[in-house]
Amino acid sequence: MRKEILITGLGGQGIVLAGQVLGMAACIEDHLESSFTQSYGPEARGGACSAQLVISDKPIHYPYVRAADILVCMSQTGYEKYHHLLRAEGTLIVDQDMVRSWEGASGDVFPVPATRMAEELGRKMMANIVMLGFVTSVTGAVSLKGMLSSVADSVPKGTEKTNIAAFTKGYDLGQAMLKARTKKAAGNKNKEQG
Amino acid sequence: MEPAVLTGEHFLNGDVACAEGALAAGCRFFAGYPITPATEIAEHMSKRLPGVGGVFIQMEDEISAMAAIIGASCAGVKSMTATSGPGFSLMMENIGLGIAMETPCVLVNVQRAGPSTGLPTLGAQGDMMQARWGSHGHYEIIALSPCSPQEIFYQTITAFNLSETYRIPVLIMADEIVGHLAERVIIPQSSKISLQSRPRAKGRKDRFKPFHPGANGVAPMAHAGEGYMVHFTGLTHDERGYPAMTADAQAEMIERITGKIQRNLDKIIQVERYRLEDADIALVSYGISSRSSLAAVDEARERGVKAGLLRLITVWPFPEQIVRELAKRVKRFITVELNLGQIHLEVQRCAEGRAPCLLVGHAGGAVITPEDIVKKILEQT
Repeated sequence: MRKEILITGLGGQGIVLAGQVLGMAACIEDHLESSFTQSYGPEARGGACSAQLVISDKPIHYPYVRAADILVCMSQTGYEKYHHLLRAEGTLIVDQDMVRSWEGASGDVFPVPATRMAEELGRKMMANIVMLGFVTSVTGAVSLKGMLSSVADSVPKGTEKTNIAAFTKGYDLGQAMLKARTKKAAGNKNKEQG
Repeated sequence: MEPAVLTGEHFLNGDVACAEGALAAGCRFFAGYPITPATEIAEHMSKRLPGVGGVFIQMEDEISAMAAIIGASCAGVKSMTATSGPGFSLMMENIGLGIAMETPCVLVNVQRAGPSTGLPTLGAQGDMMQARWGSHGHYEIIALSPCSPQEIFYQTITAFNLSETYRIPVLIMADEIVGHLAERVIIPQSSKISLQSRPRAKGRKDRFKPFHPGANGVAPMAHAGEGYMVHFTGLTHDERGYPAMTADAQAEMIERITGKIQRNLDKIIQVERYRLEDADIALVSYGISSRSSLAAVDEARERGVKAGLLRLITVWPFPEQIVRELAKRVKRFITVELNLGQIHLEVQRCAEGRAPCLLVGHAGGAVITPEDIVKKILEQT
């Protein structure tokens, strides 16, 4: 098992933290090998940045993404720069307000209003945590239990509760979307049979 | 007091793992000047040192940072600094002072692409020859190269042990990728970590000779303030530490500072051999490039090519004898490094024409991919 996850966006969106949280959950809680790398520019905020995570049950030699199983995009430039790395059968998750166009995208696409949901919770900067909840929910790449403890360990002291609430919002949306898909698939099947 | 050794399982980047390794090794003094991509080492030491009874100083520049850790070590405290390219250049003169004064200390270079300011946030391995010969004069140096956060944790302990045993500044030649790569780091119980200390002065304080070598060629060390007669200078000096401006004194001093390393190569040099037993093609690599090389060896083997990797854990002193032996039985060497051929030249020198030496190099700013290496391997078959 080797899973490659790529998270892209802008400096200041918490992209690097998101990668760190996922990597820690896979390593410490799920007892898998995980390698987390980041790339960023000299700007403190606003520049393109990415977090790359490789999770495996074997030692990881090369720690970079070669063909992503999961691509998470929180900015248009992030999508444009990296979508070619997504496998044909991979999963694309976009913040639908930050990425306006994902035409021609390969894989299974999930648009998520992560930034809007974080704003409704009163903190736009928690969009990354909402997104992590969604990723955990629809991909199953890391365990829910692992993520809950990894999120709580990684956010500033005193903000654990609000961050867990944001994570749960994203997670629940993912579950609802999966359920709707299953229902639709079952509906289609019934129609075919009928 | 907080615990110095954070026993347990962690998910850390290489910079933080390096700082934790230093603390576990007994480092209690850090002087530095922040620079990407080494800043996290200073940042972490500034948070941790006060809690374990240590001292952190942010200096005015890298010249003074290197001077300060030499001073702290002369006072008896294990000390370290960390920097990257431009700061490494500034430290060169005082590395020479540390070598001449035979002062144990550790210097971490988290390499970024140069020359000059270069690419501050992007990795390279372009300072490998500077690590060997960057300070003036003829000397020996010890330099290690880690390929993961777990390894940099242990290498930092090893670096302190070597610097204490041989009374020499030891370099850890990391790179931006390893510095910022986060992975599992297991920190053992402190009772499981073996630590070395410098040989200490004994006997009459007024007759003490601070540079009179002991059995393994290393002179026992007296600390400032202990009452021993000590004199330290960067000038060529005799066993008493006094300036001696003659060719004979120079020959004796250089023999001492090079001999203590050359006579203990088997105790200093460490390498890892990966699938090398029956290899026709031997990759030689270190640091982050060795991770791509490991993947390339497996991929080449899947395609039926007998490839293996000699991973340099110690880069300086160069494992000459090991490369010489390999040259007798492999068909090709391919050195893989994030520069345009530095350690490659050493491999060529030691192969002595017995096997062709090729290079997969890169100017820096990205990693060498396993595909780059596999392509080169397949071209040779």
